[in-house]
Amino acid sequence: MPHDGHDPLSPSGHPYRPDQDEPLTYWQCMEIAIRELLVEKGVTTDAAIRAQVQTMDDRGPAQGARVVARAWADPDFHHRLRSDGSAACRELGIEVGPMKLIAVSNTPDLHNVVVCTLCSCYPRNLLGLPPDWYKSREYRSRTVREPRAVLREFGTTLPEGVAVRVHDSTADMRYLVVPMRPDGTEGWTEGALAACVTRDAMIGVAQAAHPKSDGI
Amino acid sequence: MGGNAAERVPRDDYDFALWEKRVDALVMIAQAAGLMTVDGLRRVLEDMGEDAFETMTYYERWVASLNQNLLEEGTYTVAELGARMRDVRARGDTYGTAQRG
Repeated sequence: MPHDGHDPLSPSGHPYRPDQDEPLTYWQCMEIAIRELLVEKGVTTDAAIRAQVQTMDDRGPAQGARVVARAWADPDFHHRLRSDGSAACRELGIEVGPMKLIAVSNTPDLHNVVVCTLCSCYPRNLLGLPPDWYKSREYRSRTVREPRAVLREFGTTLPEGVAVRVHDSTADMRYLVVPMRPDGTEGWTEGALAACVTRDAMIGVAQAAHPKSDGI
Repeated sequence: MGGNAAERVPRDDYDFALWEKRVDALVMIAQAAGLMTVDGLRRVLEDMGEDAFETMTYYERWVASLNQNLLEEGTYTVAELGARMRDVRARGDTYGTAQRG
């Protein structure tokens, strides 16, 4: 694990990438040059770039969890979410952008998992930035080849007879997995339900957190 | 890439370096300004070929694609970019010191 006490930790608690204070790379140099040229040519401003970075830092899976919690609590909303994901999110004041959002729901017989084999297309407005593993060659290669083995690595062992459906994102669509609502959550508020909805569950590599066994 | 054999999925999670967040921000801003599209981003990533996935990091590929799209759009020229990269490099030899003071 990287948390071995030697790496300086960033404010998020994760270590910085190892190359953070290495000599200037060619690509870092290019980023600086492009940024300066875009500002000088009036395409953007330093303040707008800072704001965009801040927006990215602030984004997390909370929006997606709200959507799933509403779907659990309100079957009509769940239905609308499945027919037009973007419009349903807009009902909650969440703008998912120009991409088409497709919500896929897990059932006792079907488990959905999402990958982007080409790059890392991901519903950022709902889940924040994708985790490193989502972008890794290993995840992108193997999820379409041996999804059950990948899921087992994430601690998700599916009973035989449960079908696995793998969704490969494209430039125009983003997938959101609606995990199964955990047993024992009848009558819970949407806020309490949202606490069961993890990022990994909405990607489909995990089930929703269970209130009893996961200590919520 | 999809369907190829590969090792276990690595689970260490790193925070992004500032320069990587800025690349992400610039791609979003360039898209909002109509200078490139997601398809344009991905088209260049595809053109790089599989080797690029072995030899370049994720945001290195993104900044290369951003640059290619902006050059094609005529936002700046190869000469402007080259001159600016020389300026940047002359300022310092780490990311921090190479910023415009």
